[in-house]
Amino acid sequence: MGKTTAEKIFDAHKVDSPCDGVHVIRLDKVFCHEITTPVAINDLVRRGKDRVFDPDRIKVVIDHVTPAKDSKTAEQGKILRDWARRREIADFFDIGRNGVCHALFPEQGFVRPGETIIMGDSHTCTHGAFGAFAAGVGTTDLEVGILKGVCALEYPRTIKIVLNGRLPAGVFAKDVILAVIAELTVNGATNRVMEFTGEVVDALSMDARMTLCNMAVEAGATCGICYPDATTVAYLWPFIKNEFASPEAAVTAYRRWVSDPDAAYDRVLEMDVSRLVPQITDGYKPDCVKPVSEMTGRPVDQVYIGSCTNGRLEDLRLAADVLKGKTISDSVRGIVSPATPTIYRQALQEGIIQVFMEAGFCVTNPTCGACLGMSNGVLAPGEVCVSTTNRNFNGRMGKGGMVHLASPATAAASALAGHIENSILYRQESR
Amino acid sequence: MKAFGGKILFLDRDDINTDEIIPARYLTEVDKQAMAPYLFEDLSLAGFNPPTDISGKAAVVTRTNFGCGSSREHAPWALEVNQIHLVIASGFSRIFRQNMFNCGMLAVQLPPETIDRIFATFAGRDATVRADVVNSKLIFEAAGRNETILFSLTPFDRALIEAGGWVEYADARY
Repeated sequence: MGKTTAEKIFDAHKVDSPCDGVHVIRLDKVFCHEITTPVAINDLVRRGKDRVFDPDRIKVVIDHVTPAKDSKTAEQGKILRDWARRREIADFFDIGRNGVCHALFPEQGFVRPGETIIMGDSHTCTHGAFGAFAAGVGTTDLEVGILKGVCALEYPRTIKIVLNGRLPAGVFAKDVILAVIAELTVNGATNRVMEFTGEVVDALSMDARMTLCNMAVEAGATCGICYPDATTVAYLWPFIKNEFASPEAAVTAYRRWVSDPDAAYDRVLEMDVSRLVPQITDGYKPDCVKPVSEMTGRPVDQVYIGSCTNGRLEDLRLAADVLKGKTISDSVRGIVSPATPTIYRQALQEGIIQVFMEAGFCVTNPTCGACLGMSNGVLAPGEVCVSTTNRNFNGRMGKGGMVHLASPATAAASALAGHIENSILYRQESR
Repeated sequence: MKAFGGKILFLDRDDINTDEIIPARYLTEVDKQAMAPYLFEDLSLAGFNPPTDISGKAAVVTRTNFGCGSSREHAPWALEVNQIHLVIASGFSRIFRQNMFNCGMLAVQLPPETIDRIFATFAGRDATVRADVVNSKLIFEAAGRNETILFSLTPFDRALIEAGGWVEYADARY
């Protein structure tokens, strides 16, 4: 019997099995941010265990609330900053260099096929786009990861999601993952790995694959995974060029992490995306999904383009294509957060930031900001936001607010219209 | 080992998420105790009034996919600082469940039909539940009614509860 990607990674990293079905695995990387890590640091200090397993394998960023908004968030940043200095963690990203963790860390070349990664953040599943096993964990798991470089996890059972066909113009990875979550439900992949494969995934960029994997946890999954291929290698090439004779050699080497044809799956979900239309959520769960066309006309107070789901360069380009030469509705507050400084700089060079500003958007620094209502862009009770983020829970962006999750194209079109609207990118092609 | 049981808070809904258990706006705290007043503040559930309904309760009985969403361990901590160390559900999100055991707390999963029966028999009756971890038994009581239900724990779950959590367990072994 063959093995899935996740099973291969687990078998290659097994340290112990404390009981049937649970493996303690060796970690290649532990990622940290300032919301869930300071409590872990304080607890390690309190226990007399202020140590780290390997400072080179720990990557740290301040991203959720940056710049600090008050004394408490300043203290969270300070605890993390002091610890990184004390434990000689070189890869520490502070203001000026910091960006949204799940965009920044891949961009820095910190994620490789076949690796194991944990972080005290549920959207750590994003990094599976590179063929890694990356899982969100709580602070105690993070603490053990920092201290010992291990994590206990159930041996992975996988749902294979085969995406066939060709994406219509104006329909994107975000629409696909919303449709997949609607099919699986928010509990349909709990304690499972979601493996994305098929001709659609093969044709997607790394930015788009990260969007798919990012929302795996919204169906309950531990991790989303794509197979490493030439696209993966092209993205990683600046970081791995000294390890391989050629990109082709890297693709061949990484192929060992691709699932075997006779691997066993918990479930196989096949979808043809050729007739998929733009999707949007309506409600407080990510599986409450409808075609945008059924929601058009609903008034919108705020549009947010950013986050670890859709704040990457490809997303900004897409929104700018919709916004170019136009002005957003007077009744809408438009906010865009490029996810990292590199994305921000590139967007400046390409004139994308200018398009956003001329359209009337407020451009913020890279941060998780509005997504979880922790820093900038909080909604007032009764307000409605079309957002490129990943979670529409009750109160998520501010108590009493309503969040509609959608693609950057739909978000931009809704900002122009002042109400939920399909983007022209879709309407033109589908006439 | 913590004490597991007492008066039950019944939460009759699936998919209660971590934002509803403890909203993100309180994640700026670096001390568990500071979260005590905010437990379930944004919980969307008809007729539920957090301060009065939580007061004096020591266990939660709920439906499936409890704790979905964020990885924030602040969710079990918010329960812990309210002296709620036991959650009984027909299903948990992976991270929330692991966080409970990592903190030495108890998350008991029972079949949906058993949860249905517990709701039907004990909800709205000032009921209590006591968990006997050694013998894997839950003892439910309300005026004139009682029931014992067996549950299962893996040896690893049990070891974490007995060790008081994952940090000491892992540091001693790996």
